[in-house]
Amino acid sequence: MPRLPAIMKTTAARLTALYLVLFTACAVVLVVYMTSLSSRMLVAQTRGTISEEVAGLAGAYRRGGLPHLVRVVEQRARQPGANLYLIADPNGRILSGNVESLEPGVIDNVGWTERPFLYRRYGERSNLLAGEGAGRSDRTPRHSALAMVFKLPNQMLVLVGRDLVEPQRFNDIVRRSMVVALAMMGIGAFLIWFFVGRRALKRIDNLSEASRRIMGGDLNGRLPVSGSGDEFDRLSENLNSMLGRIARLNEGLKQVSDNIAHDLKTPLTRLRNRAESVLGGKRSTREYREALEATIAESDQLIRTFNAILMISRLEAGKSTEATTEVNLAETVRDVVELYEPLAEDQGVVLSASIDDEAVIFGNRELIGQALSNIVDNAIKYSANANDTPQVSVGLKAEGTNVVLSVRDNGPGIPEAERERATERFVRLEESRSMPGAGLGLSLAKAVMMFHHGELLLGDGDPGLEVKMAFPRSGKSK
Amino acid sequence: MKILVIEDDREAAEYIRKAFDEAGHTADIAGDGESGYAMAEGGAYDVLVVDRMLPRRDGLSVISQLRTGGDKTPVLILSALGEVDDRVTGLRAGGDDYLTKPYAFSELLARVEALNRRGASKEVETQYKVGDLELDRLAHTVRRAGREILLQPREFRLLEYLMRHAGQVVTRTMLLENVWDYHFDPQTNVIDVHVSRLRAKIEKEFDTPVLHTVRGAGYMLKGG
Repeated sequence: MPRLPAIMKTTAARLTALYLVLFTACAVVLVVYMTSLSSRMLVAQTRGTISEEVAGLAGAYRRGGLPHLVRVVEQRARQPGANLYLIADPNGRILSGNVESLEPGVIDNVGWTERPFLYRRYGERSNLLAGEGAGRSDRTPRHSALAMVFKLPNQMLVLVGRDLVEPQRFNDIVRRSMVVALAMMGIGAFLIWFFVGRRALKRIDNLSEASRRIMGGDLNGRLPVSGSGDEFDRLSENLNSMLGRIARLNEGLKQVSDNIAHDLKTPLTRLRNRAESVLGGKRSTREYREALEATIAESDQLIRTFNAILMISRLEAGKSTEATTEVNLAETVRDVVELYEPLAEDQGVVLSASIDDEAVIFGNRELIGQALSNIVDNAIKYSANANDTPQVSVGLKAEGTNVVLSVRDNGPGIPEAERERATERFVRLEESRSMPGAGLGLSLAKAVMMFHHGELLLGDGDPGLEVKMAFPRSGKSK
Repeated sequence: MKILVIEDDREAAEYIRKAFDEAGHTADIAGDGESGYAMAEGGAYDVLVVDRMLPRRDGLSVISQLRTGGDKTPVLILSALGEVDDRVTGLRAGGDDYLTKPYAFSELLARVEALNRRGASKEVETQYKVGDLELDRLAHTVRRAGREILLQPREFRLLEYLMRHAGQVVTRTMLLENVWDYHFDPQTNVIDVHVSRLRAKIEKEFDTPVLHTVRGAGYMLKGG
């Protein structure tokens, strides 16, 4: 047996209970209405029969006087299932008929008896209705009946009645069948309760159990899916994909906080140590000023890093609140190349652009511009180590369904095994440790591409590195 | 210049006030949106610095109500939210400039001074003159001491922006925003390279420097 209080808490059980109450109420109303209607009809029918009898007996009296009437009455009284007949003298003494005794007073009222009365017939055994009047040592049981009394012209009283046992039995039958029907309904409801409710309860218990486990820290746990594809399964599947998303976001968050702890500690420590060492000895004003300026520069770099981390997290969280408009990628390429051209030239890097396709996509110009300039910035930095003349070329062309922005340099490149890792936050590959930067450029570009439903691909620039920003032409684009 | 700073962070507000004082300006502080609106309403200030998130009333609603009332005092919005879209909604609400926390005070000062200048003369002039350096926007020419200097289109826009804000500090991000129309913080000194190229063109063969570097802040164009 399941715990009843718990099963009462299921929706199925509540609905079953509600329906049970409603049906019972309806059945009770129906039965009460039906029995009262039918008993009223039976009483009316009884009265009709009695009236006919009375008319017949009155006729018999008219034809043959009292002796004929008595004969007719005795003949009729002997028939099986006969009505009640009684002839009494004006004092109420019984002269003839099949009634042995009556409730006192019944015979004195000429006309219809207002309500059923008790009587006793001749020759009836007390075992027929044992309970009735048993305590009063009566020989025969008493029945309830309806009767009409009329007075003959010679002051004799005649009573014609009819037993009410039939309508009562009918009412009894209806009442009993009602009880049976209600009992069956109750049992049925309980069975529905038991099977449907318990099943639902069990599935829900499983779900609660699984979610408790997940809350308890098993973040990789998932809700059970039975495979039947019903509403519980759909709920579980949706909750599971939600849990998956939460887990991914959580993972990202954890990574960010780990990275902050690791990588921001270094510059902060440096900042602190510089301040300490300057405070420690006697310094000239110029030295103080220089230390403070260095402190500001370092703080600015920290702020920059923080902003980049925040931006990446926001983009990765998929909270697409950034405005999207039509972006002319060719224009973005020209802007960025123009922006970096003097810097490249200063470092002896040849920066060139080749635009094969005037592509317009739907996106955020700021973000794309920032991502592209991060990549170009990196490319200029690393190509400076090239054996040949350092070269960085930015290209824009259509590739299948994509529009691809590519930045290729002839620097040392990134070994294939490390390319995946290079786009992770704060990851600075061993070869680049000596370069300035916080290692966020590529991860920001990757987050920007994610925001645009595109991809950031790192490939072989032969020699050097080729970074591709692939934007889907269809989908979000026009 | 009179500045009203509406900022609920008391410590930050006090620091800003002191720094503005040192830079030769007077700054008042309002700690929440309601009192900030009440103080700004009279139009007694040259520039308003408004934090976006304020108790009792948020910064954007203060700005839009001022604008609805016909107040045209330049407003710089300070915000801890740094997305591009936030900038757009801030500027749409009636802000004139937008700065994301955390920021350097030199950046705030430069932007506030630029805003004040803009409030004084709304129209963009067609000719600028700083010392013996002249720029004609219509003829697209630059002359120094009567001699014509040839500039690339971007260098021309860079010089134009610097001349419009002559005598004021202009930061690198202000240049990137106004000359290139990008709002991010460049990783390396790309802007510096552009500025030094421009400087080479307008100062070479001349004795007096006009384009000065302000350490830790940015650049300033100033006649001799």
